[in-house]
Amino acid sequence: MPDVFLVAYDGSEGAKRAAKYAANHAKSTGGSLLIAHVLEWSPYTFLTPNELEERHKRRGEELERAETALVKPLLDELSGTGVKTESVIKYGHVAETLCKIASDSGAAQIFIGRTGHSMMSTRLFGSVAGSLSQIAPVPCTIVP
Amino acid sequence: MKTFSKFAAPVAAAAALAAPQSVFAQSMDETINQIFANSTGWFVNFIFSPFPGTSFPWIVAWLVVAATIFTLYFAFIQFRAFPHSISLVKGDYSDPDDAGEVSHFQALATALSGTVGLGNIAGVAVAVGIGGPGATFWMILAGLMGMASKFTECTLGVKYRNEYPDGTVSGGPMYYLTKGFSERGLPGGKFLAVLFSVFCILGALGGGNMFQANQAHAQITNVVGDFPGWITGIVFAAIVFAVIVGGLQSIAKVTEKVVPIMGVLYCVTALIIILVNYDKIGWAFGQIFSGAFTGLGVAGGVVGALIQGFKRAAFSNEAGVGSAAIAHSAVRTKEPITEGFVSLLEPFIDTVVICTMTALVIIITGQLISDPNTGLYLLDEGGSTIQTVDGNKGVALTSAAFSSAFGWFKYILAIAVILFAFSTMISWSYYGLKAWTFLFGEGKTTELVFKIIFCIFVVIGAAASLGPVIDFSDAAIFAMAVVNIVGLYFLMPVVKRELESYMSRLKTGEIKKFH
Repeated sequence: MPDVFLVAYDGSEGAKRAAKYAANHAKSTGGSLLIAHVLEWSPYTFLTPNELEERHKRRGEELERAETALVKPLLDELSGTGVKTESVIKYGHVAETLCKIASDSGAAQIFIGRTGHSMMSTRLFGSVAGSLSQIAPVPCTIVP
Repeated sequence: MKTFSKFAAPVAAAAALAAPQSVFAQSMDETINQIFANSTGWFVNFIFSPFPGTSFPWIVAWLVVAATIFTLYFAFIQFRAFPHSISLVKGDYSDPDDAGEVSHFQALATALSGTVGLGNIAGVAVAVGIGGPGATFWMILAGLMGMASKFTECTLGVKYRNEYPDGTVSGGPMYYLTKGFSERGLPGGKFLAVLFSVFCILGALGGGNMFQANQAHAQITNVVGDFPGWITGIVFAAIVFAVIVGGLQSIAKVTEKVVPIMGVLYCVTALIIILVNYDKIGWAFGQIFSGAFTGLGVAGGVVGALIQGFKRAAFSNEAGVGSAAIAHSAVRTKEPITEGFVSLLEPFIDTVVICTMTALVIIITGQLISDPNTGLYLLDEGGSTIQTVDGNKGVALTSAAFSSAFGWFKYILAIAVILFAFSTMISWSYYGLKAWTFLFGEGKTTELVFKIIFCIFVVIGAAASLGPVIDFSDAAIFAMAVVNIVGLYFLMPVVKRELESYMSRLKTGEIKKFH
């Protein structure tokens, strides 16, 4: 069974580099790509009554926007490489959700781009790549 | 005469300009107060009229009986399902594929931010100030029983909500009264729904608005000194207007996030005061228990304590009122009963935990004055309320109790009260609007009319004095409960069917944990 390579994709330049790097890797090994976009979400945040009412509608809009503005253009771009590519869009804690997707899909490796935030903001807020390198269930490649 | 008029008018105008601003302002407050008291008196009298030959208001009995019936009918569901409710809020049973939808926690938190507020701070002070420490006992009991009422109404709220093609939802008593009654082949559902909506609008303008503005103003004057209420009213109205009409959701979003922090801070401070005075905890509970059954000399005795306890509990946690069913109905769940389980935590957190803490702080810090010889509480000149240190009442009494331990706390409390008041107003403007659009239909103009009326009542609430405002607020909220509970009686078999089906599937493992 060919390897599945999971690409964490948020539309940034770093994520695009990671996707291209993973595509090259998949092509050379005969593997396939799974492009994952995770929308940051916690079920423990506080919403106004209006936000509650509109949440389902907004979720639909957010998913559609992620699909058309982020994931679809990348899939179009990668279609020329000849690598089999699928995509998934989820809500949740970004690093944890990526790990779950990796486990569920049986991915052999995770590829993620480095965002290049300053040391200070990374220390304060952490980074997805940093968290992933600590908790990923499979090898994780951070593409600079 | 004509000459005199010509002469008198400019003189009067000049005199008015020359007169101190505060005199003009105070008379404006008095005028608003008078007009308001006169125009709402009949409604208040009807709702709080006692049983013939007694001093026991029929509305209090209505709430007590309903909460008891729901508790018995669902076999003490509030205690049986408590652990399961916590699991649901934690998200143990939430499908990960539904992430991004409204979670049980979010629905609970939003409903709580509409109820936790001045009822817990000022309302408890009013209850203890009139009914004595014994009112606390009845308040806790009402909170525990009210959990069953909340369970019933919120299950129905989700079951019979309207889901529109664009993905938005509308739910609440007006929908379950209409759809639930017609599904069961019962007449009068539409009539009850209309009646509920009318009372919901009044409740939104009363307890959800005027009482909040009134007590926020009282708290501000407590910190910065006396000034006319209509000034606070106009400032508040302008901010509320910016949010609900101008669409400045960012203000509401910030409030929604700060309010829980203030709530936690309030509870932690209360807990510290209670723990520092640990030697008085036993005595305070003694006062609560003996007051509940002997009255300890308060006006109206045991019945007075009971009435105050039940009234303020219902006003604070809104169990049986129907408002929470509007907020809870937005949750994404395949099982309406799960939202019932989650909602029963609301009266527990609101009344059993937070209200009790406020009451304990007031009692423990010795704000209520009693006769050292007889141990009975001393009443003020009117004979209706207990004498307090410095004559404080309402939110000022709670503020004094907290400040006696931490002098700086009155500033924190002032901010908390303003934020609580504001978040409750935002929640109730939404509940009121839902009732309004149910009556008059959706549409920008009809919605704008309600929103403007809502803002006008902010000013009236801040300017009027506590007595008429609290009477009208109680009356409007309880009027909602009258209609809602009639509906709940007819629809509770639906809830029971849902409950039995869910519990059997939970037992067989058909409903499973995801986490």
